[in-house]
Amino acid sequence: MRFVFKRSYDADIKLFKHRPQALWYLALFIFVLALPWLVDEFFLGEATNVLIWAIAGMGLMLLVGHAGQASLGHAAFMAVGCYTNIIMIERGVPFLISFPLSGIIAGFVGVLVALPVLRLHGIYLAIATLAVSVLSDDFIVILEPWTGGVTGLVAPNIDIFGLEIDRYGTPVEFYFLTLLVTLAVLVGYRNLLRAPLGRAFTALRDSEISAQAMGVNIRRTKAIAFGISCGVTGLAGGLLGYYATAFNNETFNLVLSIQLLLMIVIGGLGSIHGAFFGAIVIGFLPQFIAITRDGISGVLGLGSVTIPGIESGVFAVILISFILFEPLGIYGRWIKIRTYFELFPFYRKNMFKRQKSFLKTERMR
Amino acid sequence: MSLLTLENVTLKFGGLVAVNNVSFHVGEGEVFSLVGPNGAGKSTVFNLISRFYDPFEGDIRFQGDSILKMRSDQVPSLGIARTFQNIELFEQSTVLQNLLVGRHRHRKSNLVSEIFFAPSVRDEERRHRAVVEEVIDFLELQAFRDKYIAGLPYGVRKVVELARALATEPKILLLDEPASGLSVEETQDMIFWVEDIKKQMGITVLMVEHDMSLVAAASDRVLALADGKELAIGTAAEVQSHPAVIEAYLGTGGRASDE
Ligand SMILES: Nc1ncnc2c1ncn2[C@@H]1O[C@H](COP(=O)(O)OP(=O)(O)OP(=O)(O)O)[C@@H](O)[C@H]1O
Ligand SMILES: [Mg+2]
Repeated sequence: MRFVFKRSYDADIKLFKHRPQALWYLALFIFVLALPWLVDEFFLGEATNVLIWAIAGMGLMLLVGHAGQASLGHAAFMAVGCYTNIIMIERGVPFLISFPLSGIIAGFVGVLVALPVLRLHGIYLAIATLAVSVLSDDFIVILEPWTGGVTGLVAPNIDIFGLEIDRYGTPVEFYFLTLLVTLAVLVGYRNLLRAPLGRAFTALRDSEISAQAMGVNIRRTKAIAFGISCGVTGLAGGLLGYYATAFNNETFNLVLSIQLLLMIVIGGLGSIHGAFFGAIVIGFLPQFIAITRDGISGVLGLGSVTIPGIESGVFAVILISFILFEPLGIYGRWIKIRTYFELFPFYRKNMFKRQKSFLKTERMR
Repeated sequence: MSLLTLENVTLKFGGLVAVNNVSFHVGEGEVFSLVGPNGAGKSTVFNLISRFYDPFEGDIRFQGDSILKMRSDQVPSLGIARTFQNIELFEQSTVLQNLLVGRHRHRKSNLVSEIFFAPSVRDEERRHRAVVEEVIDFLELQAFRDKYIAGLPYGVRKVVELARALATEPKILLLDEPASGLSVEETQDMIFWVEDIKKQMGITVLMVEHDMSLVAAASDRVLALADGKELAIGTAAEVQSHPAVIEAYLGTGGRASDE
């Protein structure tokens, strides 16, 4: 059993709750720093992929998990980040400017898109943002002179003061670049959550009416949530462009939007951890499915058969199982396991009996 | 001096006149109660002051200035805080986080300084926390500080809502049925708290309450409403014995004393 004694208000303000926790994160940090020397190039590429998912996941988590606003359109903002970055690069803007700027542009586009739909809630908001995802495809095709239309664009090597970074040529550098962006987003996100704005987001999620009665400007706070969320997702989009090396209107389709949402639900809504857990699942699932498939056909002597649609099928099964059996996601399960050991032997089964209802509609009185 | 003034305020929901030409003023340092049978329009008066609804007619003034030009999220910045009849807390947050949201109107930091958690933000956080801790001590919520609302019993939630309103450091506190659903002991606590809020903190209280023991014990003046109309105004005893009030309660099948 562990007791945490708090001796000052800073105990609740600090980034880490207590020393053991800080040590765990330090160990994790050292692990991710050492990863390039621990695994081969293929796996490092997969780890980079997971980090990109995690960045996008953090972006969406802020909006859905913390501010309580649904979005089925986030692939569109990944597209904005990706395309604006490469378009600027092609016109001679250095990466160190174009990359952050592409995030900011994606954020502004997010605010613009959000403004007309701010009054919508839950499923209606989801449908409106779904439309954004569908429309983005057409927009990319229409804007052919810049976006290359259906042919798409090819991402050139990243150039930071002469340091060339290329996903295949220099996977280690690309991994560290992605890691750096991940950490920057992570720290900013954590900071927001312990500051007034982060609390305003969760207030919005839990009760708009009393958030308002506490002086939270609903429209503005929602717009800011959309802006930050889309901006961060745009950064992930920029990195995804380099990761995929070539992309077109199909890269950022509706399926990607849905996968993003699945990721944070599976990971656990309402926590940054959830974005990372979800990213690990989504990032490794295709490999996992491929390996199991090969294993099964190997055992049955079927040769290498491919079953079309198997990936989406497995996704669907996983998602439905999570919603039915673990609505708090992987992070929720983790908390339960941890609490079990921390409180051993005093854990009670109904300790976590509190329902989560993020997409509830507005109530009055 | 009058802190809050309603002047000939009328509000209609379709054909239903929920608030019918109501005028009253709440003086500084006073505990003013609104009573009346169900559907009298008491909560609607609160929602009007919170600017959730625009009055059909009339004016609402705070410290002499009309608040009808303000949005509902600007009202708290004047120093008007409220609780809700059906408890509106942030369910998925802890008690501490709920009270800290109450500090939102005192926010000075901006988006950028918060993303970097600048030293100024940290200092602000400490100050907010100090105020919140005072409220926690006052309402004896220490044991619940880090508990999630979703797991708290009803009576505690009521107190947390009061605490969150106090954390805003208001000039006037609007309490919508603070004692409904509370046990006798909890109601007793509530009476003491309302008195302390008035006497020690110097906060004006406008309260809707059915429990006449609380109304009689705590209020300086009482206004009775029925069907959106004013019936009587005066001390608790005067209002309770007013023929129109007795009639209104009998008409809806309740009694003034126990409704
Ligand atoms: N948003 C709304 N739309 C339509 N009618 C409403 C609305 N809010 C309140 N009403 C109606 O206005 C009248 C006054 O309601 P209000 O909630 O103010 O009553 P109250 O005095 O608070 O009653 P109670 O003691 O039950 O809380 C009721 O008839 C109610 O049905
Ligand atoms: Mg009411």
